Amino acid sequence: MSELQTAVQNGVNVEALLGARKDLEAMPQAAEFTWKAACEWINGTHSKTEISGFFGLGEDQAREKTFAVETDHPAVFASEDHAPTPVEIVLSGLAGCLTAGIAAVAQNRGIQLNSVKATLEGDMSILGILGADPAIRNGFNAIRVKYNIDAEASDEDIKALVAQSQKRSAVFDIITNPTNVFVTVE
Amino acid sequence: MRCTTTIIIGAGQAGLAMSRHLAALSVEHVILERGQVANSWRKERWDSLRLLTPNWQSRLPGFAYTGSDPDGYRTMPETIDFLSDYATSFNAPVECETEVLSVSPHVDGYIVKTSEGDWRCRSVVLASGACNIANVPHAAEAMPKGVTSVTPMQYRNPAMLEEGGVLVVGGSATGVQLASEIQRAGRQVTLATGEHIRTPRSYRGKDIKWWMDVTGALDLGIDDVDDVTRVRHVPSMQLIGSPAHETISLNSLQAEGVTVAGRLMGFANAAAQFSGSLANVCALADLKMNRLLQAIDEWIAIKHMEVDVEASYRLMPTRVPETPLLNLDLADANIKTVIWATGYRPDYSWLDVPVLDGRGRLQHQGGVVDAPGLYAMGLPFMRRRKSTLIDGVGDDAHDLSAHLMNFLDGAAAKAA
Repeated sequence: MSELQTAVQNGVNVEALLGARKDLEAMPQAAEFTWKAACEWINGTHSKTEISGFFGLGEDQAREKTFAVETDHPAVFASEDHAPTPVEIVLSGLAGCLTAGIAAVAQNRGIQLNSVKATLEGDMSILGILGADPAIRNGFNAIRVKYNIDAEASDEDIKALVAQSQKRSAVFDIITNPTNVFVTVE
Repeated sequence: MRCTTTIIIGAGQAGLAMSRHLAALSVEHVILERGQVANSWRKERWDSLRLLTPNWQSRLPGFAYTGSDPDGYRTMPETIDFLSDYATSFNAPVECETEVLSVSPHVDGYIVKTSEGDWRCRSVVLASGACNIANVPHAAEAMPKGVTSVTPMQYRNPAMLEEGGVLVVGGSATGVQLASEIQRAGRQVTLATGEHIRTPRSYRGKDIKWWMDVTGALDLGIDDVDDVTRVRHVPSMQLIGSPAHETISLNSLQAEGVTVAGRLMGFANAAAQFSGSLANVCALADLKMNRLLQAIDEWIAIKHMEVDVEASYRLMPTRVPETPLLNLDLADANIKTVIWATGYRPDYSWLDVPVLDGRGRLQHQGGVVDAPGLYAMGLPFMRRRKSTLIDGVGDDAHDLSAHLMNFLDGAAAKAA
């Protein structure tokens, strides 16, 4: 098994993750993270969100780079379509989280991945956001994620990877379960 | 103050098995029991409950089932009789109607204060059970007014519940059994479930517990698993012990009319909110069940048993509603009762020994507690997967009584 595991290369440092889990179990305070983002309106429905530092392991963590995520809306919303819509960013967050999880779980289980592809669809009635029908929610009615995975494993083992990834996914949890959101004006 | 070498707290299967082993080792001891032998089975279970293990699977040290229905499942009165007969069989030194008020360290041992006077002893075995308190999540605090909270320890039968629908929270053995019984009694039941352990009652013509026994799955020890914390928190298998040997599952419940929803996340504006992860927890349960069945198939192949058993098969995947429920207004749905089948935990409020962690959990290595001469019995996956089973406490009692004997000998040598 250990021979198999060293042979598998999915680019995930599982030893480091397992080591971190062990350390954090002994020091649960250090496990408290705060993720951050700073957004600025550009024009119309176009905004730019910058992402850099976060808090974790008991202190502020700086990054060498600042990442930017822009959001806008397409022409059918009478917008200029400079960037994806925020809800598409949500889909990409879910895809990124689940796919990272699949790679990590595969590495831990000694499964070599050859390719992992996902397509995502989120259904929404825009009568909600337009305020046209109070019975319709603003957000997605349903999200479908379809994975196509080529890996050195049985179909059952691949399904188990995808199931385990959902079980340990932050974004899957954020989307499927309620979260308190506090919005204030400074 | 009375004095003995070892005090066992609790005269259930775990305490009795330990007593039997200590007697064999000539360790002087008493069992302190707050009620009568098998008290939890007498007072803290619902009326229809039967054991999940077949009658034959109750091999205690020096005692076993000898009746005519080895494959049946004991009712509560039968379980009480069985354990009472066991206590009688070796004259277990049980002090009944004796409630332990506190256990505290004392020079070379412990003082045990009880409702019937105090004891001094060298060592203590905590065999008071793993299921003394029903867990009720914090979410219950936000439950809408007019809805009654019931725990499985309070529940007896559907007739005791207020007229109206019922929300059962939790998909382990307790949750699915209560959901089925209450739905069959004509109430509309909604079952909220997170991760659960789907298990067929039988496979290839044999009881699943028989398979788990012969394949050694129940003997799996704490050194055989990579994450002991995880296995100690695995929910109980979805099983029911019924005369019909039926399989209970989310599929059977839905066929009876139960609505299945995701894990209960909380209440908002008088509505229960459920997780959108139902499809995945069902997928996880199906995959896990199929791995168990696959392991049995492989064992059969290795043992060349194919001719003796039915052919291999798989069960239908769990049927997940097309649009699982996310919100349920309890008033609109006429739900009057919420039953919290969300697990149990032991009560150590009387234990004045610093052996609990920040969350009140007993710190122990395979039942050897982090205090000299203090032992535990009957906790989930304490030494083995079967540690909580009537059929499993014997091996733990064997190991820990030997450890306890060594402790007493070591203490004696040190004193000399």
